[in-house]
Amino acid sequence: MLQATGVSFSYRETLVVSDVSVRVGPGRVLGILGPNGAGKSTLLKLLAGILRPTAGVITLDGAPLASYSRRSLARRLAVVPQETHPAFDFSVLELALMGRYPHLDAFELEGMEDVALARAALETTGTAHLEGRAFATLSGGEKQRVVIASALAQLGNRESGIRNRGFELLLLDEPTSSLDLHYQLEIAALLVRLNRERGTTLVVTTHDLSFAASVCQELVLLRDARVLGHGPTEEVLTADNVRALYGVEVDVQYHAAAGHLTVVPLALNRP
Amino acid sequence: MTTAVFSLRRRALLVYGGFGVLAIAAQLFAPLIGSTSISLTRALDGTVPFAANIDAQIFFIARLPRTLAAGLVGASLASAGVMLQALLRNPLAEPFTLGVSAGSSLGAMLAMLVAPPILVLGVSAVPLATFAGAVGAVSIVYGLASARHRGFSTDVLLLTGVTLNAFFSAVILFLQYHADPSETVRTLRWLMGDLDVSGYGPIVVALPLIAAAFVIFLWLPRGLNLLTLGSDSAAARGIDVVRVQRLAFFSASVATGAAVSLAGPIGFVGIVVPHVVRLLVGSDHRLVLPGAALFGAAFLVGCDVVARTIMAPLELPVGIITAVIGGPFFLWLLFRRA
Repeated sequence: MLQATGVSFSYRETLVVSDVSVRVGPGRVLGILGPNGAGKSTLLKLLAGILRPTAGVITLDGAPLASYSRRSLARRLAVVPQETHPAFDFSVLELALMGRYPHLDAFELEGMEDVALARAALETTGTAHLEGRAFATLSGGEKQRVVIASALAQLGNRESGIRNRGFELLLLDEPTSSLDLHYQLEIAALLVRLNRERGTTLVVTTHDLSFAASVCQELVLLRDARVLGHGPTEEVLTADNVRALYGVEVDVQYHAAAGHLTVVPLALNRP
Repeated sequence: MTTAVFSLRRRALLVYGGFGVLAIAAQLFAPLIGSTSISLTRALDGTVPFAANIDAQIFFIARLPRTLAAGLVGASLASAGVMLQALLRNPLAEPFTLGVSAGSSLGAMLAMLVAPPILVLGVSAVPLATFAGAVGAVSIVYGLASARHRGFSTDVLLLTGVTLNAFFSAVILFLQYHADPSETVRTLRWLMGDLDVSGYGPIVVALPLIAAAFVIFLWLPRGLNLLTLGSDSAAARGIDVVRVQRLAFFSASVATGAAVSLAGPIGFVGIVVPHVVRLLVGSDHRLVLPGAALFGAAFLVGCDVVARTIMAPLELPVGIITAVIGGPFFLWLLFRRA
């Protein structure tokens, strides 16, 4: 269980995340929804241990994140940022292998097992054929999948090949925001498959309500740094909540062919 | 394609070996070239007593100190360039971007123009003032970059460095404006870079600093790889970002300060050598950093040979040669790739 209790965070004087409590259990998929500036990305960084809360505590399996060493935490929890722009040009395989760094000793170089794990991760995300390409030359959707592969390589463990001690967590910041419809669906399908087949626990921030409905089992709604709602997707993704979040009138319907809720915007809500 | 063998160990051995041989060859053969030509076998012939071995005397006393200084300075500037490019995530960064060279130049100017010609512990005051200037500049830049931020802001670092460079350069111009012309010429020559160390003394003084910086360099390449992805991605892969940034900043500054104290601010090595090495071996800093150190050493030794022979008996400032040779060479590599 990854759990935040009463967590706040401020940049300088501004409170960006205020008294937030959320949790995600092993093998679950949690979506973080909210308008721009609501604190979604900051909450994700707090949950990842990249930022330390100014108040409250975040625990993984009952122990505070701060009590894990950076490396041991990185072996269980990986992050996929919104966009990745390396300052220098790495190959796809080199980028995937960077996920193996938390597993290496001080002067150790990646060995055959690490290369095998990185290649397996590229295979999983359908990017194995790109391994020799320069990362910078890939399309947005390919880049995103390579970065996800790097994160999977990070979670892989040499002995068992896949599974770690404890459950593995993948945190993604708006994974589909800069992608076209095709790549959006591809990433959604990949995430669902990772969750079902590997049992990977996912935390995803997103603006895309249909994407959230199709991938996430639970949602947390953030507005003005605070939690507006937290629970199973079917209960939380309602017209009332969407109006409160975005100021938009919507129709929320179960779409039988899609197999999940869909949200159709109708009009701006002018009070 | 996917079954291609990817062995980092083999690539590393190839890179270290290749550039290592180049650096050693430069150290051995550069001292043979000069107004009197000497033979390496005679210079290294142990059966002839040193006092009677003219070749050995020229090799070890007249020429090797200068070649060693060129090697040390080249290695320091090239690897400091790699560090700063990774730290600032900016391919245009170089060892002098953060004000270290302007600070040390100001120190040197003050020692030459204002202070009386004194010796401190047998060492001329100029290199000491140079290093003190470097320390001063680094302290100001670091203090400002960490003052207004939790942690460390590389943007503030870059802006502070560029501003400090401009400010110190203005003070240097002011000092030169008021100095008498012969002094001005002397300081100008210093600013062009000069490897004529005349003996092993200055090398022995600079060596511990450069060695300390290189020991820190050994720990950083993996962290530098991750920093190029951005600090959040780096943190998520289990490194202490601020610690890596601090170590990179200080070790690069010490190496640069020591190199400038030894030979003045020799330009171009610190920006072009890292890029040449990247074009040849890729971006992995575990290959780039040692490769740049070794290639930087060989490159500056080679440039120095050209500088002291091309218009002999006149010696050109090596800073002119690094740019004249390095510039076209780099452009050729760049366009051959494209």
